[in-house]
Amino acid sequence: MAIRTEPFILNMGPQHPSTHGVLRLRVTLDGEVVTDVELVMGYLHRGIEKLGENRTYAQIIPLTDRLDYVASMTNNFAYVLAVEKLAGIEVPERAEYLRIIMAEMMRIANHLMAVGFFLNDLGAMMTPVLYMWREREKLLDLFEMVCGQRLTYNYMRIGGVSHDIPEEFLPALKRFVAEMPGFIDEYDRLLSQNEVLLARTKGVGILPKDTAINTAASGPVLRASDVKWDIRRADPYSIYDRFDFEIPVGTVGDCYDRYWVRMQEMRQSVRILEQAIAQLPEGEACAKVPQLLRPPVGEVYGHIEAPKGELGFHLVSDNSIAPYRFHIRAPTLINMTALKDMAIGWKVADLIIILGSIDVCLGEIDR
Amino acid sequence: MKFERYGIGIAKGMAVTFKHLFRAPITVQYPEEKLIVSRRIRGNELVWYPDKCTGCATCAKSCPQGNIEIATHVGDKNNYVVDKFEVDTGRCMFCGLCVEACPFDALAMGISYERAQHRRKQLVLSKEELQLSDVRQPSGYARPRIEASLPKQSLLIYWDKEEGGQKLSWLGLSKKRGRGV
Repeated sequence: MAIRTEPFILNMGPQHPSTHGVLRLRVTLDGEVVTDVELVMGYLHRGIEKLGENRTYAQIIPLTDRLDYVASMTNNFAYVLAVEKLAGIEVPERAEYLRIIMAEMMRIANHLMAVGFFLNDLGAMMTPVLYMWREREKLLDLFEMVCGQRLTYNYMRIGGVSHDIPEEFLPALKRFVAEMPGFIDEYDRLLSQNEVLLARTKGVGILPKDTAINTAASGPVLRASDVKWDIRRADPYSIYDRFDFEIPVGTVGDCYDRYWVRMQEMRQSVRILEQAIAQLPEGEACAKVPQLLRPPVGEVYGHIEAPKGELGFHLVSDNSIAPYRFHIRAPTLINMTALKDMAIGWKVADLIIILGSIDVCLGEIDR
Repeated sequence: MKFERYGIGIAKGMAVTFKHLFRAPITVQYPEEKLIVSRRIRGNELVWYPDKCTGCATCAKSCPQGNIEIATHVGDKNNYVVDKFEVDTGRCMFCGLCVEACPFDALAMGISYERAQHRRKQLVLSKEELQLSDVRQPSGYARPRIEASLPKQSLLIYWDKEEGGQKLSWLGLSKKRGRGV
């Protein structure tokens, strides 16, 4: 007599130690094999898009800090770029360089945390995270020095940045840039050839190239699937065309490739930082912009390569002091749609790794 | 998955971990030892100078949350007298836009960060509570003159280096422990 079996529905979440935020996955299981994944989102919804419509253009900047709070500086950057495109504001040269320095520092800080928590999901409980936290902490110290806050920076302004850097900033950053490649080598020695890591991640959660493109994935998730698409090169914004850097791509698009792409991107960010420090000009840190900005009627979409992928802001102006519509294209929300394609057919333990390899931040998904 | 020489990767990783036994600790024992915060810190409070304030309410207009409540009446010398200046720090997100907007430098961010309260009501700060006192000191955020007078931030990046022949102050603090940096 055959034993009657039926699919088992398991709620993963809403609490999970290494997801930044709260997310619930409704997983249908056949034994231990995942047959269906349904995302249940909205636990962190604060209505930022609607709040933005009731605030002036300058007052929205602190709200954008709360989107992807692991990498707030790039959120500021994307928003002010969109507003500057809408209002046609020229940014001083020094401010452009300061923005690039901050964005690349933020990319390193975000990838350190992403890789650290990815390994935490693998079962390397907290040790790699705390090794990487040491370097992230150095960067957070520098951010605190510049803008007075460690998490929600509110540093970029429409037309530049809020403050020029203090004199002790550049020596500290130069020291960081000099010793960071050594630390990345150390992580490589610690992790990249580790048998447990290889056995758990090689060939797991493959996202094929065409599926990655069809789901509109971006950032390291897309580049791990061997698609050379980086907005810094594909649609250069700010002054990225002046720097020499490479775009690391993976080969098959498994979890290991996503980990590897992030490690290589950190090295490239250090290279950009080196060049930006060498070229940093003197001058004003912010252009003169009216407090109550009234951009001309029209709409604009500004996007940048945030650490997690393509972060875009769509603004519609009706020539008043607040945007008529304020929409955010959050990279992790789009990348999460590829989760089902990656996870089906794998075990529950692999599902956690696959989720960790996307590098989710729920502040951005729910907003 | 097969490996040619099983265990080499793990041994390499363990060597990195083993090295940490001989590295100095980078953590501090928080309530006893405190790092010096940034000179531009947006601390957990505001400092309000009643003699500088003209009651123009520019700060209240610039606040994204609408937290600052100001009530004024016209005084003898045709000026505004501030009757009420209340900040609800429970709703404040410490973005510093009010401090940047103030044209008379009458408002500054605070330097302290240990301002937890037991009741939400206690987070609403009145005119008297917001004034300069021993526990309420201004930070240098958007105030370059105050910034120049504050001590330099202790940076983790110099955690194992001597700075100009003198160790950074927070490293000096850790000397009292057996295994200092």
